[in-house]
Amino acid sequence: MSVDTATVARIASLARIKVTDEEIAAMVPELNGILAWVEQLGEVNVEGIAPMTAVIPNQQRLRDDVVGADPLTGGGVRDKVLSNAPAGEHGFFGVPKVIE
Amino acid sequence: MTDLTDLGVAAIRAGVANGDFSATEVAGAFNTAVADAQPALNAFITLTPDKALEAAAAVDADRAAGKALGKMAGVPIGMKDLFATTGTKTTAASQILGNFVPPYESTVSQKLWDAGAGMLGKLNLDQFAMGSSNETSAFGNVISPWRREGDTAQLAPGGSSGGSSAAVSARIAPAATGTDTGGSIRQPAAFTGISGIKPTYGRCSRWGIVAFASSLDQAGPMARDVRDCAIMLEAMAGFDPKDSTSLDLPVPEWEANLNADLRGKKVGIPREYRMDGMDADVARAWDEGIAWLKDAGAEIVDINLAHTKYALPAYYIIAPAEASSNLARYDGVRYGLRDLPQGAGLQDMYAATRAAGFGAEVKRRILMGTYVLSAGFYDAYYTQAQKVRTLISRDFMDAFQTVDVILAPTAPTAAFGLGEMVSDPLAMYLNDVFAVPASLAGLPAMSVPAGLDRQGLPLGLQLIGRPFDEQGVLDAGLAIEARAGFTARPAKWW
Repeated sequence: MSVDTATVARIASLARIKVTDEEIAAMVPELNGILAWVEQLGEVNVEGIAPMTAVIPNQQRLRDDVVGADPLTGGGVRDKVLSNAPAGEHGFFGVPKVIE
Repeated sequence: MTDLTDLGVAAIRAGVANGDFSATEVAGAFNTAVADAQPALNAFITLTPDKALEAAAAVDADRAAGKALGKMAGVPIGMKDLFATTGTKTTAASQILGNFVPPYESTVSQKLWDAGAGMLGKLNLDQFAMGSSNETSAFGNVISPWRREGDTAQLAPGGSSGGSSAAVSARIAPAATGTDTGGSIRQPAAFTGISGIKPTYGRCSRWGIVAFASSLDQAGPMARDVRDCAIMLEAMAGFDPKDSTSLDLPVPEWEANLNADLRGKKVGIPREYRMDGMDADVARAWDEGIAWLKDAGAEIVDINLAHTKYALPAYYIIAPAEASSNLARYDGVRYGLRDLPQGAGLQDMYAATRAAGFGAEVKRRILMGTYVLSAGFYDAYYTQAQKVRTLISRDFMDAFQTVDVILAPTAPTAAFGLGEMVSDPLAMYLNDVFAVPASLAGLPAMSVPAGLDRQGLPLGLQLIGRPFDEQGVLDAGLAIEARAGFTARPAKWW
């Protein structure tokens, strides 16, 4: 499989990365080089093989279902959460207008 | 008096505990060395000399008060700028986090401070740990302290933990943290003649480490020798309820149990790693390594890891897929850079922010990952790669029925020059061909220095162990270290 300029433009849009026509033109051969190379995985017989889900077997855990179980995210840390926001206003994350 | 910057972790800790010198003197000596080297090597993104002195003063006060000292007491270290540090900028070497000051501390860094270590600064790296030469950092290349014999060309310190490898080999830090997703501890360690271990996936908490590919990312120590790595890994490892993949196991006493006597042990030599056109010096170092392990009492066994050639292509589907998902969080809303063009709406802001904040390699991997996860391609690429990953892991488990540890080269060549590989992403990816299989299988793996190549540059040997058997890896590494007699160090030109 290979990509063309329209496909690269589409995946850039899906990935929410603004790209110029020149950048797309440069990426098409780069991505096609990588895709042609990963194509060799198709040679491997994977019949009956389950895809890897956990590299080291581990038990999934549940935390206690109470407010504040995690002192870092459990509440009362609004100002810390907002401390790196580019536009933190009135205790909220500020964003450009989304409703016309 | 000995030059304190010539000392490693164990020697500093012992000297401080014995009162031969104070932790404050050690921190001062390394702070000076760091400041001196920074303009030439660019190993750090942020210097924190006061943090190093503050931690040292606390250790000196504890010693004066007769209190017990921690495993890393009095040892100043470099912290890869991928670990969140409270109140100290944490950038992942990206513009998108260029001004990010975490209000929290990563579990691994907190454990190191609790063990008495201090922070010299935040080390440079490939942007979001994506790279093998430290050339994708938004804050400039790291220059390796090593040079080819009779040549002043700038060499790569390896990547992504290139600031860590440069700092330890230049002796401006006795040890540093690294992270390894597909070789990012081992390859830079090999390039600079130092040791580094990636433990079993889940040994070190990922909490507070900027995520790249979560099923692969593991933190580990980089230091001058095997013992120093064992000490530091003990301080870094341990169960953390804040990381859902953290292993709930006690931390073994790796240092106390170090044993270079390999009688009764079997070492596997994977046939598939001996590739056509292999670098002659790398092949020679590998043969020497085999002889050294035999000399240590081990039995050498040829093994097959049949799917080795598919590890790298599988990795370059899985890692970008996870990265594209992980890096979706950089949206210009909650933290990090925001680029809001005049009159832009929310979607335009996302796209402009990410275009301005991510470097070229990061964008390339996000797009690759987005593509392989997109509707219609998911099974052909991602599911197929995860099935191949199962087979790669199974190859290792089959081999470990027979052998205790596997010996292979760390990287296919010694360090290359800056700029030699950047124009061809695929050639750069191939540098991780020997490192990636162990990452995909979550296995503990270590690089130790083996010798110098024909250009006078370090070569590393890699040891890969069973899950949870860091001890076996460290022991075999120690056996090689004892026989390689590697004392070469870069001549100081900075």
